Amino acid sequence: MYVAAKGGERAIENAHRLLAHERRGDTSVPELSLAQIEGQMAFAVDRVMNEGSLYDRELAALAIKQARGDLIEAIFLLRAFRATLPRIGVSEPIESSAMTVRRRISAAFKDLPGGQVLGPTFDYTHRLLEPQSLDVVVEPALADADVASSPRVTDLLAADDLVEPSPRPEGNVPVGDLTQDPLEFPAGRDLRLQNLARGDEGFLLALGYSTQRGYGRNHPFAGEIRLGEVEVEFSPPELGFAVPLGRITVTECQMINQFRGTATEPPRFTRGYGLGFGHCERKVMAMALVDRALRARELEEEVKAPAQDEEFVLSHSDNVQATGFVEHLKLPHYVDFQAELGLVRSLRKRFQDAATGESVREAAE
Amino acid sequence: MTAPAYNFAYLDEQTKRMIRRAILKAVAIPGYQVPFASREMPMPYGWGTGGVQVTAAVLGPDDILKVIDQGADDTTNAVSIRKFFIKTAGVRTTTETCEATVIQTRHRVPETPLSEKQILVFQVPIPEPLRFLEPRETETRRMHALADYGLMHVKLYEDIAHYGHIATAYAYPVKVDGRYVMDPSPTPKFDNPKMDGCAALQLFGAGREKRIYAVPPHTSVVSLDFDDHPFEPYRLDGACVLCGADDSYLDEVITDDRGARMFVCSDTDFCAGRRSAASSAEGLDAERRRD
Repeated sequence: MYVAAKGGERAIENAHRLLAHERRGDTSVPELSLAQIEGQMAFAVDRVMNEGSLYDRELAALAIKQARGDLIEAIFLLRAFRATLPRIGVSEPIESSAMTVRRRISAAFKDLPGGQVLGPTFDYTHRLLEPQSLDVVVEPALADADVASSPRVTDLLAADDLVEPSPRPEGNVPVGDLTQDPLEFPAGRDLRLQNLARGDEGFLLALGYSTQRGYGRNHPFAGEIRLGEVEVEFSPPELGFAVPLGRITVTECQMINQFRGTATEPPRFTRGYGLGFGHCERKVMAMALVDRALRARELEEEVKAPAQDEEFVLSHSDNVQATGFVEHLKLPHYVDFQAELGLVRSLRKRFQDAATGESVREAAE
Repeated sequence: MTAPAYNFAYLDEQTKRMIRRAILKAVAIPGYQVPFASREMPMPYGWGTGGVQVTAAVLGPDDILKVIDQGADDTTNAVSIRKFFIKTAGVRTTTETCEATVIQTRHRVPETPLSEKQILVFQVPIPEPLRFLEPRETETRRMHALADYGLMHVKLYEDIAHYGHIATAYAYPVKVDGRYVMDPSPTPKFDNPKMDGCAALQLFGAGREKRIYAVPPHTSVVSLDFDDHPFEPYRLDGACVLCGADDSYLDEVITDDRGARMFVCSDTDFCAGRRSAASSAEGLDAERRRD
């Protein structure tokens, strides 16, 4: 007697064993350490922290190792862990103008207070594979730290009212958190930025790119991109003043975009904003382009491109959600498919009956 | 690095309270989709995270849990979810529909009628029955608020105009308690009548879409139709080769490469129960013959 096999417990266990075996790879090759991943795969670690929305380099390295280098899987591992963490409170806003700058460039001004600092960048490298260069230990060229502060370019422009002012928080309204409350539309800019910060880099890159190609064009200039360390502070209610928790690395991008003004607003530049953990220029630039595109409604621009469509962008940016739902098609759908088979068979029968009826009629005529 | 320690049934108590509040609201407004702050669960979105969160929020230490997928207890994802709750909640599990107090399901309603003492938790991929007619959430929420279901009736009517009948085989829309149009989750429409007036509490969880909705016990669930084109549940005309049932929903199994097929009950517990009842009846007959 044939018995329908539907998988089962042993199959899952064996699949997990095989996965663990393959994860380790060739045992004659030394195993990767977390410190190696953290130190030498730093961009992967930064991406996993960003989209996993948890600042912990060591856990991100562990997730990358456990996920065999599949970054979306690693992001998923970090998110699932993050969801179980208790929340003590909300930190103070970070002050990026007080950043210890490692890299700071402006595409809008040739020189500016604090100067242009190229820092560690791929930007002007020639993309030639150089296996011999990887073993060389290179010492960085050092210079005395510039003691001058690096004010934000947008603040310099805002002094002349040439760019809209940075929006101030509205009274004591708490900042939104889409991991604690379901996202509702229309969403405030705080929630949109949180969504974009957690959003898939590839998705944001494509959307940002589409605005440059005319789908919701917003005439951007990279006003400033800066990378460095900032202090995170927290005000415990029982103390009533802020205490430092530690320093984190962030990348910030301020896009400056053209704006022709409305009946009530004078013409001036507007802003698109991007911020992410670690070193993540591509992500924050794309984020700033999409942030500006999503402000179309607020700035009374016509919403006609995908990047300007809040529901479309915010509902599809999360790669953990996207990969789960796309890959769920691997799960069995036997009962639905059987129902569809029945439906298609009945439709085909109708079609064939109609065709035979027709030929019978034709023959009779 | 801190070693994670997890609460009973994985979720922390604050999260459970948030989910229970959403469930209470859902029960109070049958068929209405209540937004809730769905958490990232340690299994992928689309694989039952909504159902798992609802189950985690209603589960107590004395509950007996059954998990099915496609009607079966032994499908891989059902096994995986059952193991998750064994590991994180340590509750007793069962494959017997009658014995379970909480049943989490994907795509089926058990054949055995449920009782007041049971909760049926559905995993839902797309909770919005109007989604494929109107992609925007802002728009569909307005339509529900105004009970503006004209678009759905037009779609069903167009089906009839095209095909002579309503061409929806599963996730067939229903109206709950005479008010909200609801997606019954992708269950075959064969199962829709079982939801109507069901004695058990039916809870629906959509994790990725962050919605919970409910059908309280003994609530009317009416499949949408027209007076001259009444709703008809589809069932393949045949009987289960294992237990002989001619009234259960059947899985189609391809047995060779020459088009041979056989049909077996999709509800494995129902099928096994019928077979053991038949064999014990046979045993009784044999004893009687010996006497």
